[in-house]
Amino acid sequence: MLKQTEGSQAVAEAIALCRPEVVCAYPITPQTHIVEGVGALVKAGKVENCEFINVESEFAALSVAIGASAAGARAYTATASQGLLFMGEAVYNAAGLGLPIVMTIGNRAIGAPINIWNDHTDSMSMKDSGWIQLFAETNQEAVDLHIQAFRLAEELSCPVMVCMDGFILTHAYERIDVPSQEEVDAFLPPYDPIQVLDPAEPYSIGAMVGPEAFTEVRYLAHEKQLQALRRIPEIGAVFKDVFGRQSGGLIHSYRTEGAETIAVALGSVNGTIKEVIDGMREDGAAVGSVSICSFRPFPSAELRAALAGAKHVVVIEKSLAPGLGGIVASNIRLALRETTVPVYTVIAGLGGRPITMSSLREVLEAAGNGRLPEVQFLDLDHGAVEHEILRAKQTRRAGPTAENILRNLGQSAVVGNE
Amino acid sequence: MTDETALQRVKFYQTGTHTVGNRLMNEARRSVQASMDRSNAITSGHRACQGCGEALGARYALDAALRASDGQLVAVNATGCLEVFTTPYPETSWQIPWLHSLFGNAPAVATGVAAGMRRKGRADVRVVAQGGDGGTTDIGFGCLSGMFERNDDVLYICYDNEAYMNTGVQRSSATPPTARTATTPAVGDAPGNIFGTGKNLPLIAMAHNIPYVATANVADLHDLEDKVTTAMAIRGSRYIHIMVPCPLGWGSASDATIHLARMAVESGLFPLFEAEHGQVTRSKKIRRRVPVEDYLRPQRRFAHLFKKGHEDTERIARLQRMADANIERFNLLGEREAP
Ligand SMILES: Cc1ncc(C[n+]2csc(CCOP(=O)(O)OP(=O)(O)O)c2C)c(N)n1
Ligand code: SF4
Ligand SMILES: [Mg+2]
Repeated sequence: MLKQTEGSQAVAEAIALCRPEVVCAYPITPQTHIVEGVGALVKAGKVENCEFINVESEFAALSVAIGASAAGARAYTATASQGLLFMGEAVYNAAGLGLPIVMTIGNRAIGAPINIWNDHTDSMSMKDSGWIQLFAETNQEAVDLHIQAFRLAEELSCPVMVCMDGFILTHAYERIDVPSQEEVDAFLPPYDPIQVLDPAEPYSIGAMVGPEAFTEVRYLAHEKQLQALRRIPEIGAVFKDVFGRQSGGLIHSYRTEGAETIAVALGSVNGTIKEVIDGMREDGAAVGSVSICSFRPFPSAELRAALAGAKHVVVIEKSLAPGLGGIVASNIRLALRETTVPVYTVIAGLGGRPITMSSLREVLEAAGNGRLPEVQFLDLDHGAVEHEILRAKQTRRAGPTAENILRNLGQSAVVGNE
Repeated sequence: MTDETALQRVKFYQTGTHTVGNRLMNEARRSVQASMDRSNAITSGHRACQGCGEALGARYALDAALRASDGQLVAVNATGCLEVFTTPYPETSWQIPWLHSLFGNAPAVATGVAAGMRRKGRADVRVVAQGGDGGTTDIGFGCLSGMFERNDDVLYICYDNEAYMNTGVQRSSATPPTARTATTPAVGDAPGNIFGTGKNLPLIAMAHNIPYVATANVADLHDLEDKVTTAMAIRGSRYIHIMVPCPLGWGSASDATIHLARMAVESGLFPLFEAEHGQVTRSKKIRRRVPVEDYLRPQRRFAHLFKKGHEDTERIARLQRMADANIERFNLLGEREAP
């Protein structure tokens, strides 16, 4: 049903429609509205046969999900930022055990300095944990990806993270089509586990594995992701049959025909990028964009094809690998290793900094003119940075960097609801 | 205590051994292990050290739980010796469904299993979570406290060998004062672990007001089984803390495991008691009180206390005072019940 609603609320309703059996949650901004929404639906008896467990940490949240999933129940949790790091050990464990848990990430920066606003550092920290990572471009896609995520996870027995931009999506009110129970039931069969704790057929799960088999186990984790590479578009197609709209898939290309400069990005910023592309196209520039929906598995072949005609690839990414540059760009460079196309990194939107159309246009034009450095920080305040570098040179006991920069900006720190 | 056991009272003790003879007992009162068709959670062939108290404790505890649950049992295991020595795959010793996730999350995983079972219409399947003292009192403490606080339907068993054994005998918050471990070496003015540290998990468990808390010990396997059986008859969070000597970590003879476990109880250092909803309901009386020295001396981890010519009498006395305080607190002397 089409309605004007908050992204988090719509996702909560989508989760409920997926008939989870165990939901565990620990609060962290900007994930809170999602789990509150699911919790309210469970408490009101709107989710048949479901338990909502308030746990003492994210580490426990995912651990409870691990236990529930191993018992054969459909399990869900959600987190963000520090919470994802706090559960880090269990994130790898859930994937290693092959448990099809679905988890929402309300993408948020990671401290220090503590920051509640959006970027992708949290999800990127777990990119190689063995989870499938799907990034939603819109709230409609966030809703749809969750429904697809359970099917994908359970088919492959592999956990799936659905990543949606904190605040930009989680807290945005817009028109969203939340499907009906009948539609979801037609698309998502009940969970039929490949392994389950059952006294009638006892086996050990999570045993010690030595060098004699560890590589093979890890290889199979890789192979599972390669299978997902095939299944994600197929599931997207089935989804379209049932729900009548295209959602998910590996990548989405936008006006890439004949484009010389192509922007690549994950998540909601693609909306802004498309606007910029439209404007530049109108002015005759040969530009286009590609949105990556599936970051893990990484769709190398699809990206190679989508970027085949480009002379410049500009990766707009909301995370930073200090000492290297861009994480997404590194992955794309690997995909394009047989070409000589330059791949630029634009680090943008860190800790919630707005990514403006004018700044985006500037970098795309600079790339077209061959004036873009390999790694560019969008709208970096060079003055503030240089001031701080100089100050730190002058005195050993320079004090805390973040606080100094804020003082220099003549602002007092605005602390949100951590 | 039944009339019958009261009648048999004298006969229970075989001269010189202090063990309760299975053969002399009423069949219903015999240990699970004595039965031909005993439940069997862990088969032999695992890789524990000779004389491992943890292997013994786990087998008795889980067999009792298996029997109490009519075979409908799942075990969740924290990382540690028990996990490692039972499952160098494909040689798993577990005859029941068993799940190991991480070192610090066994209580939460068990909560999840219990919830999952309920949702799958299998509330008859009972869940036991288990871990070593390190996994329980240190790294898994947050998850355990959460599990207690929510009163989740799990029996958690801690096998306390008083150090991180699996990684080579390092200090945990259950390591007693003066004990030598790899991280509390027997050097300096006060060799071994220091006084004034550590935590008492059974008391902390009681502070959560959960329905059942008990301590047990591998020297009294009947008592251990009874406590597991009692715990299994209750729904909600239950905690059993079992002292399990570790020949490797303690520097004790592998045939001294039972003896040391008994000395720990008889000296008062390890009180055996049960508590319901935060109140101690029963304590097991000391049968023949011994000085702490009888417990400490056979263990090389305490050897520095007994150096020839300069015994550390002051710190031995301090350990004795700890034992005396336990005896007082848990009322460990006085009239004993028949076993
Ligand atoms: C997060 C994490 N930290 C450390 C370890 C290493 N580790 C594995 S087992 C173990 C010791 C276990 O000690 P305890 O819980 O007392 O059990 P025991 O082996 O003594 O029975 C340690 C430190 C680990 N596996 N995971
Ligand atoms: S080190 Fe100790 S606890 Fe571990 S197997 Fe050996 S005796 Fe048992
Ligand atoms: Mg230990």
